[in-house]
Amino acid sequence: MEVSRFRVLFLSLLAVTVLPGCSMLGGRDNDRPTPLAPAADAEPLTGEPDQKPIIDPQVERREIRRARIDTEDFELGAYVGVLSIEDFESNAVYGARLAYHLTEDFFLEGTYGKSRAGRTSYENLSGQTDLLTDGDRDYTYYALSLGWNALPGEIFVGKNRAYNSAFYLVAGIGNTRFAGDDRFTVTGGFGYRVLPADWMAVHFDVRDHIFDSDLVGEKKIVNNLEAHLGLSIFF
Amino acid sequence: MSRSLTPLTLLCLLLLFAAGAQAKEPAHKILIADPFIELHSGPGRGYPVFHVVERGREVELVKRRTDWFQLRTDQGVEGWASREQMIATLEPTGEPLDLQEPARENYMSRRWQAGVSGGDFEGASLISAFGGYAFSDNLSIELTVNHILGEFSNSYSYTVGLLHVFAPEWRLSPYFTLGTGVIYTDPKSNLVGTIDRDDQIGYVGGGLQFYLTRRFMLRTEYRHNIVFTSRNDNEEVDEWKYLGFAFFF
Repeated sequence: MEVSRFRVLFLSLLAVTVLPGCSMLGGRDNDRPTPLAPAADAEPLTGEPDQKPIIDPQVERREIRRARIDTEDFELGAYVGVLSIEDFESNAVYGARLAYHLTEDFFLEGTYGKSRAGRTSYENLSGQTDLLTDGDRDYTYYALSLGWNALPGEIFVGKNRAYNSAFYLVAGIGNTRFAGDDRFTVTGGFGYRVLPADWMAVHFDVRDHIFDSDLVGEKKIVNNLEAHLGLSIFF
Repeated sequence: MSRSLTPLTLLCLLLLFAAGAQAKEPAHKILIADPFIELHSGPGRGYPVFHVVERGREVELVKRRTDWFQLRTDQGVEGWASREQMIATLEPTGEPLDLQEPARENYMSRRWQAGVSGGDFEGASLISAFGGYAFSDNLSIELTVNHILGEFSNSYSYTVGLLHVFAPEWRLSPYFTLGTGVIYTDPKSNLVGTIDRDDQIGYVGGGLQFYLTRRFMLRTEYRHNIVFTSRNDNEEVDEWKYLGFAFFF
């Protein structure tokens, strides 16, 4: 009974959506402006029909080729660092990041990182026991974050050199895949960016990845801290 | 061995890409029409003004970052000018410079739209990415990938549907959506006796979109999903996307 009621709702809503939309399909080309200049084969307004016009109204149009402005709002980079996986030692982490600068203050950032968990103290002390298989020790994460350039500025190296820099804060959501499971992860942290050239940036970042885990007994909140150094380019 | 090579390869690719990005295009010359233009040392309001270009001078437009334009004078001085100052700038032909600024009016002529959002899928956390193609002012087709992270299982769902925006010319505009797709459910590894499932889903929903600025939109959405399970009863699932960020081009 419940399902058939939904089927009726589904079909009627389909009709409501699609029918007014279909009327829009043909209408796109109608608002094209009519050309202001008369067509080339139109009769000249002056003189006899068999006479040639005195002035040929054909004017050579100047070709204006506008260069597109090169917009560099995207930033692509890679990073290497250390990730401390709670209960599973600290290990090297590699990652890639793609950022889009919305305004001079805010940016969106997507990161993807890979690491590998070590052994817990329990595993080491007990000798032979393994909590995780080898494949389950792979640790990958992704995060979608919003960043805020909180303290933009310049750094001075010696007397003649100044480089643009920014201290920024990021917060976001994402996923951590570890021990064969996906976990919803909240990520937050800060970073410092220095631009040795206008198209290149060096980053130092500290991130905390927080999620719920019941891997070692009871369910608890896990904080995995990460520090990394990265290089990125603007395009 | 291959593991340790990966980051190195990535770095090499990055540097190659950087070299490509630096390839020079013919310089774009522009004419200053404001009484003068201030050049900042960086693309931001706080960076100090270190140079001034007067009216009538021709400068080279190097690039744009967010709302800042990098200019190079004929003496080779490079600095950043704000968008407000650039509005009065002219092309060498005397026409106003087209800043290629997408505005709300451009939304009507948009073709592609994409974005991400976060929310709730019957108690589980939801991360969602979507992309759409508009084939009229009101109607578009949209593809959505959901990553659903629950306490007992994780799922991926892929849906395709129609989206009808009632009044695209309004800043805050409601829309209606309808579609179908598949959902793959993978129970957590610490649960015993469960297997992966693939099911078909259908949904009806509605939402609100809000034009933010330039090419950006915010949106929030509700979907009522029906999961066509292989069991006797179908499942009904409420899906809320609390906040999403979208851009069009």
